[in-house]
Amino acid sequence: MTIMMNGESYEFDGVTLSDLLAELQLINARIAVAVNGDFVCRAERNTLVVEAGDRVEIVAPQAGG
Amino acid sequence: MPKFYGKELESSLMLGTSLYPSPFILREAFKASRAGVATVSIRREGVTSRSGQKFWSHIRELEVAILPNTAGCHSVREAVTTAEMAREIFQTNWVKLEVIGDPDTLHPDSFGLVEAAQKLTESGFEVFPYCTEDLTICQRLVDVGCQVLMPWGAPIGTGMGLNNIFGLRSLRAKFPDITLVIDAGLGVPSHAARAMELGYDAVLLNTAVAKAGNPVEMARAFSLAAEAGARAYLADAIEPREMATPSTPLIGQAVLD
Repeated sequence: MTIMMNGESYEFDGVTLSDLLAELQLINARIAVAVNGDFVCRAERNTLVVEAGDRVEIVAPQAGG
Repeated sequence: MPKFYGKELESSLMLGTSLYPSPFILREAFKASRAGVATVSIRREGVTSRSGQKFWSHIRELEVAILPNTAGCHSVREAVTTAEMAREIFQTNWVKLEVIGDPDTLHPDSFGLVEAAQKLTESGFEVFPYCTEDLTICQRLVDVGCQVLMPWGAPIGTGMGLNNIFGLRSLRAKFPDITLVIDAGLGVPSHAARAMELGYDAVLLNTAVAKAGNPVEMARAFSLAAEAGARAYLADAIEPREMATPSTPLIGQAVLD
């Protein structure tokens, strides 16, 4: 299925958000995730099912003022 | 020394982490500034570049308190979600809350700011709202639980300094027990000194240091200026007056005409 991952189309054949993060090798990275504009906390990553067309945002620390 | 939600820091300087020529200069500037707080943001992680992970490895070495921001957010929903994500990433309840209302001046959306501050406070956040010197909005922010207020000196990145001394002085007088930080608009160290002379608890800056010709030296200059201003405030400065008054005694002056 096709999802939007950080603003770009991405082909994903897994099930959960954890599957996606594992595929991206970001499971243990210092990141946070929102799906369709809602924050998904770390504890919910295993149970959240990713669906076609979902907008997944994966963010990390960056410079800021 | 400033106290933020019960945590007392030894420096009245807070420094941003953006726009430096290199990570090395960023680190040296932080050392020279003796800043106790670093502001950071969250942005999309590059799956191949992993730039966020690299950035974090530089920041954690600074050994300062981390204050994540919600920069770039224009709605309450965006700001609240950004704060939630930042809390998970940085493991802190602190958040520098920005809800922008005007794209040219980066003037806060004061209504959205109060609403977002209330939601976040109810969720256990300790909110540092980027606001203006508007007394009514600041009262509302305090009413919803903010123990820190961060009015701008001037629009972000302009370097104009303190545009409304009267308003900032009024704010200090109205909220004697709230931690007040000048956030944004400072250009030169005398602006920081002036803010501290007004009785502000701290100043937060980024561009003025990071974009200076010599960021490390400018960081040191701001640190000295903030300390000078803080000491001057505690030393209780004289009131300005319009008529001259001689400092040398008149009594005993020889008649020489």
